[in-house]
Amino acid sequence: MSVISENNMLENNMPEDDVPEDDMPENNLNVQQSGESMKSFTTSPIVHLTSRAVSPFIILMGLYVFFHGHYSPGGGFQGGVLMGAGILLLRLSLGVTRSQAILPTWLTLRLSALGALIYVSTGLVPVFFDGNVLEYGFLPISGVEPEYLRYYGILFIELGVTLTVMTTLVAIYDDLLGY
Amino acid sequence: MKILQYILLMAFCGILLLAVVELPPRGDLNSPVHQKVNPAGTPVAGSYYIQNAYKDAKTPNMVTVILADYRGFDTMGETIVVFCGGIACFFILSRHRQRRK
Repeated sequence: MSVISENNMLENNMPEDDVPEDDMPENNLNVQQSGESMKSFTTSPIVHLTSRAVSPFIILMGLYVFFHGHYSPGGGFQGGVLMGAGILLLRLSLGVTRSQAILPTWLTLRLSALGALIYVSTGLVPVFFDGNVLEYGFLPISGVEPEYLRYYGILFIELGVTLTVMTTLVAIYDDLLGY
Repeated sequence: MKILQYILLMAFCGILLLAVVELPPRGDLNSPVHQKVNPAGTPVAGSYYIQNAYKDAKTPNMVTVILADYRGFDTMGETIVVFCGGIACFFILSRHRQRRK
């Protein structure tokens, strides 16, 4: 008996990326109705073409803001929000299922965790090399002066922040739709 | 009761306006935040950052240096808060878990 129930639980805890679209729950009518317009894609070719043309530039702008954070206003949070907005534009116009190619739903929270992990590990590595937490000057890269190690340390943690912010925005959008 | 609310609102507005009038002008070199030692006798952190941000990290944007280097622990907390928000939304809103029961 217990073995069977365990098997059932294993069956039930399958990964979420192979769920077909058409077995959404029918019990919650309100959510279902309000979410229907967001789940389906528009048929307007103008919206399709415009969003598909504009979204790469938004993502490119986000990359620029992220990488140029050392020299101008910007950085991880702003760049991540811009890149997330570029992906969300495709999510809005093409629908969730058709815009899986640019960022799959199952990948969002994992990349978010990876971003936080990049930040924390970049902060923890100097502890094992005579430094304090987040003291990038002690990162174990030979041939680079400590000032430039701090420069690249800032870049690393901004990369983690960008990943986390971008994927968390998309993940929350997908969660709201129930994917 | 509503009149009392408006009176309170006006009073707070007046207090804030008084505080704004008393602020030193922008870029004033003699204001306390631009000194090395503030009137209480403790060193001001901002002057250290302005003088040493480029020397320490070779990054021209000192806001980035403060955000990610001097105050990196704070930004780490912010990142983890964002991540926790995503995780909480997943657990609360995701319908997979309800469907599989």
